[in-house]
Parts: sequence; structure tokens; C-alpha cells
Amino acid sequence: MTAITSEQLERRGALSEPAEVYRRMVEIRTFEDQISGLFAQGLIHGTTHTCQGQEALDVALAKVLEPTDAVACTYRGHGIALALGMTPEEVLGEIMGRSTGCVGGLGGSMHLSDPTIGLLPTFAIVGAGIPIATGAAVAFQTRGEKRVAVSVFGDGATNIGGFHEGINLAAVWKLPVVFVIDNNLYGEYSRINTTTLLTDLSVRSQSYGIPGRSVDGMNVDTVSEALAECVERARSGGGPSVLEVRTYRFAGHSRSDEATYRPEGELDSWLKRDPVKIRREALLTSGSLSEVELGAIESEVDTRIAEVVESSKAAPEPGVASMFQNVWAPADEDSR
Amino acid sequence: MPPRMEKLDMTMVRIRQAVLAALEDEMRSDDSVIVMGEDVAVAGGPFKTSDGLLAEFGPLRVRDTPISEMGFTGAAVGAAAFGLRPVAEIMFMEFLGVALDMVVTEAAKFRYLSGGRFTAPLVVRASIGSGLGFGMQHSQTLENWVTSTPGLVVVEPSDAQTAYGLLRSAIRHNGPVVVLESRALYGVRGELVRGEEGIIPLGQARIVRPGSAVTVVSMGQMVSVAVKAVEQACLDAEVIDLATLAPWDQQTVLDSVAKTGRLVVVEEAPASGGWGSEIVSTVVSRAFGDLKVAPFRITTPDVPVPYTPKLEHQFLPTAEYVGTQISHYLETDRVPDPWWVEEGRLS
Repeated sequence: MTAITSEQLERRGALSEPAEVYRRMVEIRTFEDQISGLFAQGLIHGTTHTCQGQEALDVALAKVLEPTDAVACTYRGHGIALALGMTPEEVLGEIMGRSTGCVGGLGGSMHLSDPTIGLLPTFAIVGAGIPIATGAAVAFQTRGEKRVAVSVFGDGATNIGGFHEGINLAAVWKLPVVFVIDNNLYGEYSRINTTTLLTDLSVRSQSYGIPGRSVDGMNVDTVSEALAECVERARSGGGPSVLEVRTYRFAGHSRSDEATYRPEGELDSWLKRDPVKIRREALLTSGSLSEVELGAIESEVDTRIAEVVESSKAAPEPGVASMFQNVWAPADEDSR
Repeated sequence: MPPRMEKLDMTMVRIRQAVLAALEDEMRSDDSVIVMGEDVAVAGGPFKTSDGLLAEFGPLRVRDTPISEMGFTGAAVGAAAFGLRPVAEIMFMEFLGVALDMVVTEAAKFRYLSGGRFTAPLVVRASIGSGLGFGMQHSQTLENWVTSTPGLVVVEPSDAQTAYGLLRSAIRHNGPVVVLESRALYGVRGELVRGEEGIIPLGQARIVRPGSAVTVVSMGQMVSVAVKAVEQACLDAEVIDLATLAPWDQQTVLDSVAKTGRLVVVEEAPASGGWGSEIVSTVVSRAFGDLKVAPFRITTPDVPVPYTPKLEHQFLPTAEYVGTQISHYLETDRVPDPWWVEEGRLS
């Protein structure tokens, strides 16, 4: 496990620059694209869930939130962790089960966390993060702090009890929390239309008497603006809200899923709305960055991720002693 | 209790008052302690274990919840991860079934899942057990739902002092603790030393009554049953209140068995999979040479808790039954069959 440094916070702060927003989106895409290759080489075992197609939401979250805010996200969390500021070494180290991982290799792909950037242990139980983010907001409200909790979860989680219980509780207590539905159209292998009759998932907010809104999830500016509105409402005492962000999962559910169940042409039509490409076009069109500058960013990210892959391959695996640490809270840590 | 406590100011209180006293004292000394659960605020708690807390500490720290055990138990986990020490009340242990993920799979893993950088110092209190006619869905003890999770501390008080002292330690503990309170004991009176002196550390069994012929391990409402049983039958028995079930105090039990050579566990759980199996298994494996006779467990039968008073009474081990079983064990050096085998009902 790497020492707590300001590197994560520096990476977080860098997102105030438009070029760095693009760089981070490219970093997430490049990182995730590496994962399948590493599986093929036998360097990653178990399973992993990649987030290609959902980078706009990942980076918007990091842009809009303060590092002192709380984020509860899912096992499809590499992108959010990278966006919030976790280093690629920490993320890949964890996925490869190395001691350089954010949890020292004991967690794996589905379990990333870092309190310095507000990232709760990513949740591998669908919907579990919803009541827990609500609880983080209880802490903020009880102490009178202007901090916000955000729970990000998939469309599949809107059908589990924790969604209903967590949001209803947040509504009743008027907590500073935002519930973000990352609707990538698939809950594991099942398409959304087979698991709910609703097409607009944000209308579920009406069941709890709180605001809800659905937005395009492929444009980072659109997502950022909508999210900022929800976060500001929560931070200023206006209570919780639901934001549905419409994305698409370019990859399958997990590494063993080739997603053959998708209707023909669906992936192709969404690939035309690739959030990384949309961001690139926007920067070119506005004249913010030139083709040469964009190419340089892409090339630098390629080099950086290639270096991270090599350094992670060389990183040590955790020793046996580490598996016995951090199981029980030691008595000498108790209060008073 | 250490002898010096006899000099302290002791009062006789009901166990529900001891629970309330522990909550009051921790909330007064630490602003991060909050209480949440169904009807715990305005109504003062379904069993009156939080009566008056709302008036003293206000609605931010004493929160009535919707009937949403998963929701508010999860909220307790999240609040704990961000610096509070929440006490979530589960009215009946059975209701934890819909919230178990939050305790077993989330709270108990946070420390491990963060290299020790996120902790989950929450307390889940749940009332357990039979004897009050609540029927089979409100009368189980269900300790084994929570005892096989590394990182999760489980305690079960047996009287006013342990209810007070263990709860205060549980709230101060920097990890998740499940406190299982025998519902039938809430109205029972006992001596209470309040204040720092009354705090009981986690993980330590209590020798309630010394003896040399047999070690009797019990917990919760079975402790007073076991004590009454051996006193009525005039047995030279050492009665141990395990108090903390996970991680349990192996040394105290092993030391006692080294002295007595005999072990009986008296538990409210059904025979199959009850917590006493763990105690017997450990003693047999680690101290086989100390045992003069096979150890055994006095449990409830493998049936749901029956409702009608006569059968519910039959279901629970009574002092008379426990005394008879242990006397038989000591007289014959053989393990007696449980009553239901004699009834020819179950093997």
C-alpha cells in the first residue's frame, strides 16, 4: 500500500483544467482497455468489471465534488477511483493483487477505497452503498458540516430494497446526499426493459417526494452541470435528489461476458456517442486544444499507463502477515 | 465484579434502565454517539430503553426511523465510517435478517477493505429470545447469524451490570459490535454500578459462581437459569457467563475445565448449529486431556419456538431441567439425553 500522499489530491485538483478533464477520461479508457490484455496474460485473476463508455460521469463526479465529500460507488469503480484522484498504480496494483494496491492487494478489482479522496470501499453488493451514503450524510448533518454524500449505482440497483429504504430515509431526514443512477441499460446481462417498466428512472424520485432528473451521460459538461445542481441543493440544506445519467456499457458485465445478448447495432450506435470522443471534439471545436496538443495528451497517457503496467508487474505480492491485519479493531484504539 | 465495587453506590434497576443508563452516559460524554431505530425517539423505545433521550439530546442525535432495517442499519454504517458512533436498535433480532448485509458484509469488512483507514464503530442492539409469548418469528436468539464473521464483536448481557457495562464498551469500540439483549430480562431488577467503574471490557468471560466439579458455560437469560439450577441441586459447579460471544474468552473456559474436567454448555439456541457447539469443539480439541468425561450441551429442541405458554415453557431450559441434567452427568459420568429424546420425538 502506498503512503498517504498529496498526489491523490493533486490529481483531483488538476481537474479544474479542461485539458486535464480530457486527460483523465483518456486515462480511464486506456486503463480499462489494458485490463483484458492483462487477464489474457494471467496477471489478473478472479473477475473485473470495466467502465468504458461511462467516463463522463466518473470525471464529472470528481470535478463537482470536494475531496471531503463522500462517494459510495459500485464494483464497476476503477474509473471513479481514478477520477477522484487515486493513482493508476494504486488501482492496478489492487486489481493485480499487489502490495502497491490501495488496499494492499487484499481487496481486488471490486474493492477500492481511500478516505483522503472520500471514496468509501466500493460496493460489490448491488445497492449496498445507497443506505451507507445516506449514513455518511447523517454524520455531516448531525455535525452541521457543509459536506455532501453521493451514491452512484447502476440501473439494476433501482430494483433492490436498499434503493427504496435508503432514499426514503434520506428524504424523511432531508439529508445532504445525491443519488446518481448510472443507467448503462444493463443490470448484469439483463436489459433494463426486462427488469422495470419505467423508461425514465428518475421518476422514481417522486415516490419519495424529492426532485429527480434524467440527463445525457455522454457529455461531461452536461453531467457536470446537472450534478452540480444536485450537489449544491444538498450542500445548501435543500435535501436529497435523484439524478439519472444515461450512459452505455461498451464492454460486457464482467470479463467473462461478451455481451452477445445486445440487440444488433445497439453498441455501434452508442459508440458514435463515445464520451471521450465527444469531449475531444468539443475541445477541438472550441479551439481550446489543437490536434497536436490532444495527440500529445493521448500519447502521454499511453506511456504512463504502459509504465504503470510494467511497475505493477514488478510490484511485490502482499505477505501472509498482511491477511491477519485490520480484521478486528484493537482494544487500544477504542475511545477514551 | 471486583470486590471494591461493593463500596460504591449501587442501586437496584431493571435491565432496561441499565441499557438506558449506558446510552445516557455515553451520549453525555461523547457528542458523536447517536441513537436510531423504530420508535426510539418520541415513544422512548418499544422496550423503553431510550426513554427521555430525545428530550435531552434532540432529534439530530435521537432519530426515529421508518420501518426500514436495511436502510437505517446501513445509515448507521455510513455514519460510523464518517466519525459518528451510532447505536442502531433492531426491535426483534429477526428483523436483522433484512439488514444482515449491512452488518456482516459491509460494517465488518470496512477496516479490512481500507487497510484500516475506514472504521465502522457502530453498535447494533437487538432483543432476542423466548419466554414472553411473542411467537416463533419474534422469539429466536439467532446468535449464529453473526458469530462467524471475523471483525464482528458479539456480546450478550445477562444482568443489569453486564447490560450497562458491555454496552458502554461496545459504543466505545472502534469496530462494529452486535449487542444481543434477552427480551425476557428487560424487566428483571439487579444491582448497577454506574460510571466508569461499571464498564465491562469486551472479550472477557465472567465467573459468576466458582466451583470445582463441573464447568457450566452460559449466556444471556440462561445464566440465571444455570445459577439457580446448580444452587437448587447443591452442585459444586463453576458457572461462567461468556458475556462476549465473538471473539470469546477461550482462556477462562479452558482454565476452568482444567480444574473441573467436565463441561456443560447451557444455551437458548436450538441444538443444531448453536453457539455451544463452538465452545465444546474448542475445549475438546484444545483440552481433551483435561476432560474426565465427554462434555455436552443443554439446548432448546430443533423446532420453531411454540406459542402457547405451556409449550413455550417446555421449550426453554428451566432451572429444574438443567439441574437434573447436570446432576445426572455428575452422578453417572455419562451424558444424559435431552428431554425430547425421552419423549421419543426427535433424536
